[in-house]
Amino acid sequence: MDDFLAARSQMALSLGFHIVFSCIGMVMPFFMAVSHYKWLRTDNELYKNLTKAWSKGVAIFFATGAVSGTMLSFELGLLWPKFMEHAGPIFGMPFSLEGTAFFIEAIALGFFLYGWNKLNKWFHWFTGMVVGVSGLASGILVVAANAWMNSPAGFDFVDGKYLNIDPIQAMFNKAWFSQALHMCLAAFTATGFAVAGVHALMILRNKNKAFHFKAFKIAAVFACIGALLQPLSGDISAKDVAKRQPAKLAAMEALYKTEKPAPLLIGGIVNEQEKTVTAAIKIPGALSFLAHGDFDAEVKGLDQIPENEHPPVAITHYAFQVMVGIGTLLMIISLIYFFNLARKGSILNKRWLLKLFVLAIPLGYIALEAGWTVTEVGRQPWIIYGIMRTADAVTPMPGIAYSFYIFSAIYLSLSGVVAFLLYRQIKMVPYVYDKTAEPDINHK
Amino acid sequence: MEYVVITFLCLGILLYFLLGGADFGAGIIELFTSAKNRSRTRKTMYHAIGPVWEANHMWLIIAIVILFVGFPHIYTTMSVYLHIPLLIMLIGIIARGTAFVFRHYDAIKDDMHWLYNRIFRYSSFITPLFLGIIAGSVISGHIDTNANDFLSAYVFSWLNWFSVSVGLFTVSLCGFLAAIYLIGETDDGHDKRRFIKKAEYMNIAAVIFGAMVFIAAAIDKIPLIDWVFKNPVGLSAIVLASLSLILLWYLLLKGKTKVLRILAGFQVSMILLAISYAHFPNFIRLKNGDTISLFNTLGPEKTIYSLGLALLLGSVLILPFLGYLFYKFQKKEE
Repeated sequence: MDDFLAARSQMALSLGFHIVFSCIGMVMPFFMAVSHYKWLRTDNELYKNLTKAWSKGVAIFFATGAVSGTMLSFELGLLWPKFMEHAGPIFGMPFSLEGTAFFIEAIALGFFLYGWNKLNKWFHWFTGMVVGVSGLASGILVVAANAWMNSPAGFDFVDGKYLNIDPIQAMFNKAWFSQALHMCLAAFTATGFAVAGVHALMILRNKNKAFHFKAFKIAAVFACIGALLQPLSGDISAKDVAKRQPAKLAAMEALYKTEKPAPLLIGGIVNEQEKTVTAAIKIPGALSFLAHGDFDAEVKGLDQIPENEHPPVAITHYAFQVMVGIGTLLMIISLIYFFNLARKGSILNKRWLLKLFVLAIPLGYIALEAGWTVTEVGRQPWIIYGIMRTADAVTPMPGIAYSFYIFSAIYLSLSGVVAFLLYRQIKMVPYVYDKTAEPDINHK
Repeated sequence: MEYVVITFLCLGILLYFLLGGADFGAGIIELFTSAKNRSRTRKTMYHAIGPVWEANHMWLIIAIVILFVGFPHIYTTMSVYLHIPLLIMLIGIIARGTAFVFRHYDAIKDDMHWLYNRIFRYSSFITPLFLGIIAGSVISGHIDTNANDFLSAYVFSWLNWFSVSVGLFTVSLCGFLAAIYLIGETDDGHDKRRFIKKAEYMNIAAVIFGAMVFIAAAIDKIPLIDWVFKNPVGLSAIVLASLSLILLWYLLLKGKTKVLRILAGFQVSMILLAISYAHFPNFIRLKNGDTISLFNTLGPEKTIYSLGLALLLGSVLILPFLGYLFYKFQKKEE
């Protein structure tokens, strides 16, 4: 493994890991706060216990997200020093604000976790909300920093020098809004489905049904709203990418030739040598509409982009297909769920619907990782789009492969331990959180 | 505005050293506690640092963000030439941070704890050791930007007697801070005596390793003695630290635990001040004699201005909230 590939793999691995953990850490506090609110309002002990059970999950994910985030703030320099030397002062603004948000989150978490019986109950609830809001804010800020790499702004690039730096303008670059919106909705959808799915599984096994049903409902509502809104934000993103990064859009759809009107490809096998796609379903004009809001518009293909600036087409295309495919599936599940709610049907009698939610446990995260792959791989070969190439930013230190192996082992074992801990949390529900459970309660 | 940014950078490093250091130290104390007392030490420790645990580690983030936004050349020079110790320190941070939370939130108490505890204790030792090694390397003049071979560029930059001595000195200071802190966190006379003993040992260790730092500096021709003693600030900082140490041991006998913490924190701050004052504003000393200072690597004006503003705004939000956290979870003293 050469050093450049090792550095890229290590960065991909660290981000891929961090993204899952921080999304859960960012979204679960909201579930927790809803359940907490319901407890304060209804005095139902189950909600209190649910809040406590979820808060353990939040603590575990916050810690893992925090250490992997700390890791990343160093890795940027350890792996890409030439990038950070120039980019740091330009895109540092969202990072410095994120530091504040993250700090507030950590303090609020201290209050929340250790504040039971010590704080005024509404202040205690408020600290839980602060955990969620500041977590969300730091997520948005970090994505704004990433968006700058896709849409560099706030400086003039003259003869290889970065002049007239304006960090505020860099933060509010053209991509920040669409990327942040898409990411936040993805976080809510993925985490919502994962949490709802775990509780659905417990309901299907007839364990502490009342407890798990309360949990399921809160998570499922967040998940389904997220899944139904996501296509809208996806549309904003697609139009934005078409304008700013035509190479990325062309790679997403494996559009090797400029076409007018351009069809939307579903599936297909990409041959990067021959620059062809076979076995895809084509929807005429749909890509033109998606990219430019007009069924007849011309869409720029890879033939109009110099070959040495092509992103890896196959990976980007497949990742995009996976993301859209799963997104559609989750949207359908959401529609069925809301239809069922509107008809006042009890989901507890619809085991097939619960099974669909169980199936969706990993799906949201697969879509999230796929979407992130589209954003990052689709930007290659640039680390700062159109300005600096990734290959020119890598550290001069040799032997990065070893550090990649070490971190792969660390991240794999951490993921294993976290899964193991959650399994043990769930196993303990009947003993810690819901001792009075009756074997079969039919709640709506 | 650059002074605001530099002040926050120094404050971030100092507070990470004091608060994060006390956390590291708690793990070090656990490492050097006999097996039969460990669970008691652990309990006291959770009680004391659980609520502020996550917040203590944010100071590192603040410092690192200030460095890469405001002083990118310093950040990248360290990232390239101190890659290996930074990596080891990070592995330590990951291992410690997760092991601490995992062992606390694991719903079932069984053999897994054997593993969490071991990871926590050893990484509590390794992390400050490498933190100290990094700090030592930055000022030691071993970083060689003209080196052509792997060993002199990426290994000898930090693997030398001076850096390692600073690392060990850091470990003993962290242990000392934690022991002093824990004395006030227990009502049990037996535990109190144990923590006092630990504080004494750590104090002795700090003196020995501190001497080692000076010896190593003399061997490596690092003008540490000049930095510390040849200026009024450094000299008086050392005198104040020594005087307050005497006061600390006197008050310890009287059982005044709150003041002890302030004194211990004061001593460590004075030691940091003494070492860094004459060196300031130089940050990295290179082998060829050049220095990278805070001023000659300052980021562009607008960046520094907005960074300073962000820090001021952040501190208005953070400090009262953080102060209340410490206050609220402070053990009541009779």
